[in-house]
Amino acid sequence: MRDRPTARIVLAVVFFSLLAAPLVLKRWRTRGETANAAIGASAALSRYGFYLSEIAESSGAKFTHQAPTLDAKLGHIMPQVASMGAGVSIADFDRDGWADIYVTNSGEGSKNALYRNLSDGSFKDVAAEMGVADLNEAGSGVSMGAVWGDYDNDGYEDLFVYKWGRPELFHNDAGKRFTRVTEQAKLPAWVNANTALWFDYDRDGRLDLFLGGYYAEDVDLWHLKTTKMMPESFEYARNGGRKYLFHNLGAGSFEEVSEKLGIDTRRWALAVTAGDLRGTGYPDLFIANDYGISELFFNDGKRFREVGKQTGVGFSPKSGMNASMADVLNQGKYAIYVSNISEEGVLIQGNNLWVPREGTAGDSLQFDNLAREMNVEIGGWSFGAQFGDLNNDGTLDLYLVNGYVSGDRNTNYWYDFSKIAGGNSTIISDAAHWPSMDGRSLSGYQQKRVWLNDGAGRFVNVAQAVGVGDVHDGRAVAMVDLWNRGVLDVVVANQRGPLLIYKNTVAPENKWIGFELEGTASNRSAIGAEVRVFWDGKQQVQQITGGGGFCSQNERRLHFGLGIDPHVEKAEIRWPSGKIQVINKPSPGQTYKIKEAA
Amino acid sequence: MKTRFDNRYVAPLFITCILLVGHLFYGFLESYERTALAIGAAIVTELVLGRIFFGKWVNLASAYITGISVGILLRSPAFWPYALCSVVSIMSKYVLRAKDRHLWNPSNFGICALLLLAPDTVAVLSVQWGNFILPMLVIWILGSIIIWRAKRFHISFTYVVSFFVFAFLRSWITGHPWRAEVAPITGPMYQLFVFFMVTDPKTTVRSKTWQCVVVFFVAFVEMLLRLNQVIYAPLYALFLVGPTAMLIENWLESRKAATEKSGVATQESPAA
Repeated sequence: MRDRPTARIVLAVVFFSLLAAPLVLKRWRTRGETANAAIGASAALSRYGFYLSEIAESSGAKFTHQAPTLDAKLGHIMPQVASMGAGVSIADFDRDGWADIYVTNSGEGSKNALYRNLSDGSFKDVAAEMGVADLNEAGSGVSMGAVWGDYDNDGYEDLFVYKWGRPELFHNDAGKRFTRVTEQAKLPAWVNANTALWFDYDRDGRLDLFLGGYYAEDVDLWHLKTTKMMPESFEYARNGGRKYLFHNLGAGSFEEVSEKLGIDTRRWALAVTAGDLRGTGYPDLFIANDYGISELFFNDGKRFREVGKQTGVGFSPKSGMNASMADVLNQGKYAIYVSNISEEGVLIQGNNLWVPREGTAGDSLQFDNLAREMNVEIGGWSFGAQFGDLNNDGTLDLYLVNGYVSGDRNTNYWYDFSKIAGGNSTIISDAAHWPSMDGRSLSGYQQKRVWLNDGAGRFVNVAQAVGVGDVHDGRAVAMVDLWNRGVLDVVVANQRGPLLIYKNTVAPENKWIGFELEGTASNRSAIGAEVRVFWDGKQQVQQITGGGGFCSQNERRLHFGLGIDPHVEKAEIRWPSGKIQVINKPSPGQTYKIKEAA
Repeated sequence: MKTRFDNRYVAPLFITCILLVGHLFYGFLESYERTALAIGAAIVTELVLGRIFFGKWVNLASAYITGISVGILLRSPAFWPYALCSVVSIMSKYVLRAKDRHLWNPSNFGICALLLLAPDTVAVLSVQWGNFILPMLVIWILGSIIIWRAKRFHISFTYVVSFFVFAFLRSWITGHPWRAEVAPITGPMYQLFVFFMVTDPKTTVRSKTWQCVVVFFVAFVEMLLRLNQVIYAPLYALFLVGPTAMLIENWLESRKAATEKSGVATQESPAA
């Protein structure tokens, strides 16, 4: 090596500067978040335009999720196997004009809850009297989540509960009682499902049902024939549960058509969402899979095509646990948010925000992951997420829950977890080979994220500042205007933890508009209907979904924040039937109840 | 005319095979762009620094291996860690030197530096392999043949044997299933580690026996780190033990040279 002292000094300076660069970058990246500490309601209102107050227990919704106790052969890793089942779904089941809350429980013999909204700020659990509480009896499996949809178009939202066990369909008898119609609907006897979705894939005016298996359906987690039931790989597993697509034939009858229509996958599905990504009128289907890549199925009406790789969303295998769509950039296009695992110093998968690439559309649609650029990448061991305009400023914000297993504090199972996760399939797929958890935490006690969309392509976490300081093991999130105030409240279901209801207080200068749709030619729930609001030179599209996020479902009513002193040009409704209805110059500050025109 | 294949290109070809097999079968790369960035950054840095400090265009096989190792091993949703890791890896060869030898295996240094300095942004490939036995066996067999040809098999062999011995010892100490302790070596990170990092000719000691001793200590330190639940134990073990061994060797050689010199001086001037 030449003796060039000056060059060597310069090289050394550059070298050590480069080593310091990550620390500088981190500081720059987290700019603006230094103020993310509890600052009180009035300061949060003036600074961010909203504040969340947790009121579940005081409002009568005192609910604590219980986890199942599975086969003793899984005893050494029970907390991580029995780590799901806290779900929350919103519907106005009795059509009294006030949104109600259905919450799933998962302990054997535990009860699900249906909190009727009494409109005075309190709730009453009516699940038992309505016949939808006792779904976790021994031998039938336990609940994982639920989705509402009016499958028979009688005007009342029916309830589908998916389980690790026997899935159940309940017909809503005019809001007075639910009747179990599982056999009539010809649902399978046992599915270990963690996700389901109502959508009208063929636009025939009747809601169809997608059901996604997690563990293989021949596994009874309470009576294991073998401990070789774990994923065969941490990233490439294809030994999960099958998928079901139940085509609604009418009269309460369904036909399973998944394979016939091209949905044939055994990846470990944890979340599903649907939306018309190409403007064809047909809802495309997105599945977030644990232990592998996500899958996107383009829906041609009579056939589904898997296009994950082609569109860019199915390239890098991660641990998909959430799927939600939203027009995050007010461009009139849906982005898809997928949550994954990020644990500092261990595993940085990063969450994905798949944004449609400019200039691509139709069958050549491509997505780019802009989670990092938009600062919604790192959550923790992330689960459910929902978009909604929490401060009514005209942009969609993002609420994300994190935390997997909160065991003994200051203990950590990550080392053992990573050891086994890197192993050969013969090792990882057998639960007997997994080291004992011994009460240790695995990404436990994690902070949540409330990411405020600045409208310029960047989100800032304000969770602590706006009152979200809980560190429960969050699972499902639902957004709903519980008291018809023109603001979005947030309901969170926690694993082995309490149900949380965050009541939102929003700065009054920010205006809003709402839409409550009812289909006629389309399915009566109007699931799949889109509303596009144009105001002040901006636009935003939202759709009614039949499930989304992780084990959750938002209210059917669509809520748009509009900001200060808005001038709304029009609202354009596109029904699943293809009909378009336009409301010119709608007034902010009210909910429009629109029936599909004949 | 008989042409002889240059042995320097065997390792780059092999690591390219690992990358292609891994990606085509399992898609284990974070993305093509990130891997290309890592390789490109390593090569450009090597070209520039080689020109400045050696006055010539240096052979790029080593830089290519560094870049591709970074591209495979580093996991990050961001782009910049791939470039930064490759650049500091190559630069470490020019900055962190003693007795005109660089001390750290370049990619080992770069990856450990990023793990320590940017733990919120990067991780290391620890799970992203098909976890199926056949491709793993092919790579182990092919790698062993290549390493044998390069006369470095004894290093890999000693490490693997040591790893298994210590894995069983850890299992006995912790009470965890022995398969769980053995599991990590079945992953792809270890294949790169065993075939490329611990055998790096430039950053291993010279004597064959001491090469085995050093790699045994790498496995031993790894065991200690593993007992303390350090996830990237092998990388850190090599990071600690490798340069230490090099420095000790340098010191011993200096001492020997000094002794020989003084011996010669004594012989030359018996009066002293």
